[in-house]
Amino acid sequence: MLDDRHGDAFVAFEHVQKSYDGQTLVVKDLNLSIGKGEFLTMLGPSGSGKTTCLMMLAGFETATHGEIRLAGRPINQVPPHKRGIGMVFQNYALFPHMTVGENLSFPLEVRGMGKSEREARIKRALDMVQMGAFINRRPAQLSGGQQQRIALARALVFDPELVLMDEPLGALDKQLREHMQFEIKHLHERLGITVVYVTHDQGEALTMSDRIAVFNDGRIQQLAPPAALYERPENSFVASFIGENNALPGVIEEFEGDKALVRLDGGGVIDATPVNIREKGQRTTVSIRPERVEFKPEMMPPGAHTIEAKVLEVIYMGDILRARLAVAGSDNFVMKMRNTIGQTRLDPGQTIRIGWHPQDARALDPV
Amino acid sequence: MANVALDPHAAIATTASGVGAALTTADGKPLARALARSQRRARRRAFFLVLPLLAFILITFVIPIGQMLQRSFYNDGFSRNMPEVSAWFASTERGTDPDEAAWAALAADLTAAAEARTIGMVGTRINYDLSGARSLFTSTGRSLRGGLEPPYREALLEINEGWDNPMLWSVMREASRPYTANFYLAAVDRTRDEDGRIQQVDERQQVYVMLFMRTFWLSLLITGLTFLLGFPIAHLLATLPMRKSNLLMILVLLPFWTSLLVRTTSWMVLLQQQGVVNDVLVWLGVIGNDQRLQMIYNQTGTIIAMTHILLPFMVLPLYSVMRTINPSYVRAARSLGATSWTAFRRIYFPQTLPGLGAGALLVFILAVGYYITPALVGGSSGQLISNMIAMHMTSTLNWSMAAALAALLLASVLVLYWLYDRLVGIDNLKLG
Repeated sequence: MLDDRHGDAFVAFEHVQKSYDGQTLVVKDLNLSIGKGEFLTMLGPSGSGKTTCLMMLAGFETATHGEIRLAGRPINQVPPHKRGIGMVFQNYALFPHMTVGENLSFPLEVRGMGKSEREARIKRALDMVQMGAFINRRPAQLSGGQQQRIALARALVFDPELVLMDEPLGALDKQLREHMQFEIKHLHERLGITVVYVTHDQGEALTMSDRIAVFNDGRIQQLAPPAALYERPENSFVASFIGENNALPGVIEEFEGDKALVRLDGGGVIDATPVNIREKGQRTTVSIRPERVEFKPEMMPPGAHTIEAKVLEVIYMGDILRARLAVAGSDNFVMKMRNTIGQTRLDPGQTIRIGWHPQDARALDPV
Repeated sequence: MANVALDPHAAIATTASGVGAALTTADGKPLARALARSQRRARRRAFFLVLPLLAFILITFVIPIGQMLQRSFYNDGFSRNMPEVSAWFASTERGTDPDEAAWAALAADLTAAAEARTIGMVGTRINYDLSGARSLFTSTGRSLRGGLEPPYREALLEINEGWDNPMLWSVMREASRPYTANFYLAAVDRTRDEDGRIQQVDERQQVYVMLFMRTFWLSLLITGLTFLLGFPIAHLLATLPMRKSNLLMILVLLPFWTSLLVRTTSWMVLLQQQGVVNDVLVWLGVIGNDQRLQMIYNQTGTIIAMTHILLPFMVLPLYSVMRTINPSYVRAARSLGATSWTAFRRIYFPQTLPGLGAGALLVFILAVGYYITPALVGGSSGQLISNMIAMHMTSTLNWSMAAALAALLLASVLVLYWLYDRLVGIDNLKLG
C-alpha cells in the first residue's frame, strides 16, 4: 500500500482495534503505513473513527488491540509527552492565561531549554507563520486565523518530526480556510515534516494531501493519492463521499474484455469498468462523475452504448452549466458542461442521448 | 478591544465616532440627547422592576444594620437620663475634682432618674466600663425616694461609699458624651484609666483579640481544608460523563438541602466520646477504651463540622469553572511534552483560579461569621467571635459592644475583599 517515494514506514498501525464500551468497535482492524515526510489525510464522516485513530497516535486513547509504531518503535505504552509529536487542535487549545510568547515557550521550557535558545526558536517559529509582531498578545486578543497560526507555530516550535492536525481549519471562514490550506501545505513541503491530518472536508483533503485514507464505519475504505481517489474510487462509499457522483443501480449482463455491460434497473444497457464485481448477474451500482458524462456522439468512443436522458433543468453556475437529467428512472442524474463559447445549450424538456468512456463509469458494490 | 488594531473596519468605526460629537438626527436634534431620550423609557421601566427589591433591602438590611452599627459609637443611656451632671462634665476639664455643684447635679439627676425609673439604664451604661456600677446606681436609687438635702456629697456618700471612687467619675465623664470610641477599645481589649489614657485591660480579661485571631485562623484553616477536599471532587464532577456526574452532584448537594441543625447534631452523634467514630476505633483496637478521643465540644469539632458544612460553597464555584475548561488544553500541554503534573500545575490549575478565588472568598467570609455550628459543637475552645457577639446581644444586653465587635468583623472582611480585588481582581471571580 505504501507509496514508493516515502521509503520505510515512519508511522505504522498494525491490526489496531478500538472499543470504548466493550461492545462495539469504533476502529476495526486498522492497518496503515505512513511514510516519512508524507502528508496523509484521514477523511471521513463524523463517527467514522478517524479522530479516534489520531488520538491513539497522539497517546490520548489507548488501542484496545494491535500495535502502533513510530519510527520503528512500538509506542502503545509511551505516554503522550514522551512521543514528541506536535499537535494542532480543532479549537487551537492556546493556553488562555499565557501570551503568545509564553505559549510557544511552554514546550521548550518543559524540555529544559535555555532562555536564549528558547527566544531564538520562538522568534523563528513566529516568523515562519508571519506572526512575529504578536508575541506579547494573549490568545483572546487574536482573530481565529491568527490563533490558528499560533497553534501551528506552537506545534512546530520544538521541531517534531510528526505533526498531527485535528480539523484545524474547521472554525475558519471559507476564504481564510483556503488560504491556510496552502500555507500549511507549503510549511509541510519546506520543513519536510510528516503530517497526519484529520478532516471531514473532502475539498481540503484533495487540496493538501499526498495520500488520503477514507474512513467509514471504523475501516479505511480506500487509501490513495487524491487523483486516484477521485477518479478511481474502489467502492460506492468512496465514490459518493468524494466529490459529486451519479449512481445508477443495475445488474451485470456481460463481461467484454476489461469492460462490463450493465443492464440498469430503469432500463437500458451501459458500458462500465468492473471494480469490485466478479460474476455475471451480480447486482452493482455504476458510478459516473457528472463532468465525465457526454451527450455529443463525437466525444464518445466508437461503439459506446448510450441511453436516453430527458433534460429537467439547466442551472447556470458561471464556470459550468449544470444539467439535471431524468435517466433510467432517476430524476437526480447530473451532468456538468464547461461554459465555453461553442457549448451547445440544452433546454428543459429536450431529450438527448448520453454516454461516456467505459473507464469513467465504475461498476461498484451495490449500495 | 484589542482587536481594534487588527480589524480594518475598526479604523472606519473610530473615525465615524470621532465625527459623532457633531452629529445630529434628521430633524436637527443632537444625536446623543436623542439617544438618551429614546432609552429613557426602557431605563425607567427597568428601575421600576427592581424597585420592590431595592425597598426590601433598604428596609430589612441597610437601615437595621446602619442603626446597629450606630450603637457601636453612639450610646446616650447616660447623657440623656443624667442631663445636669452631663452639663457639668461638659463645662469642666478632664481631671477636675467634683465640686459641690457637681454633687448637686448628680443628686438631682439621680433623683429624677429614680423617679422616671431610668436609673437602671444609666447604671447599665456605666457598668459596661466599670463592673459593679449598676448595683451602685440601683441601690442608691432605692434610697433616694423623697430627695436629698445638701450638702449632697456627704448625703450621697452616706448612702454608698462607692460614689467617691475617682474611676467612677472618670467613667461617668466618658459616658456624658453620647459619642464614644470606648466600645471599639473594649473590642480590642483596651480600656481607659482614670486619666483617660488608653491601656490594655487586665491579662485575665483579655478575650476579644484572642477570639478574633482564633476566628481568622480557624476560617483560614477551614478554607484550606475545603480546598483540599473540594478540588478533586469538583474536578471529578466536571470530567465524569453526565449521568455519573449528576449522581455525584446530588451527593454534593444533598447535605446542602439538609437542615443545618440536623447536620450539626449528626456530627455530635458521630464524634462524641461514646459516639460512632470512637466506637469503631476502639473496636478496631486502634485506641483503648479508656483513651477515647475528644473530637467534639472543642476546636476539632468546630473545624470538622464547619468544613463539612461549607464544602459545597467551595465545590460549586470550582465545578462551574472547571466545567468550562476544555480538556484539549491539558491534552495540548501533554502533546507539547509536559508530564501530567506539569500540565496540571501550569495549565489546568491556573485556569481554575477564578473558581478557587470565589470559593475561598465565599467559604472564608461565611466561616468568619459562623455562629450556629461553633455554638453547638465548639465547647469553649471552639467558640468564635460571632458567639461573643451573640452573647452580648442576648445575655449581657450590651448591644453597643456587640455592634462594635460586629463592625470590626465587617471591616476586616471588607479589607480582605479589597485585598483580594487588588491581588486577584474581582472580575476574576466566578460564582457559578
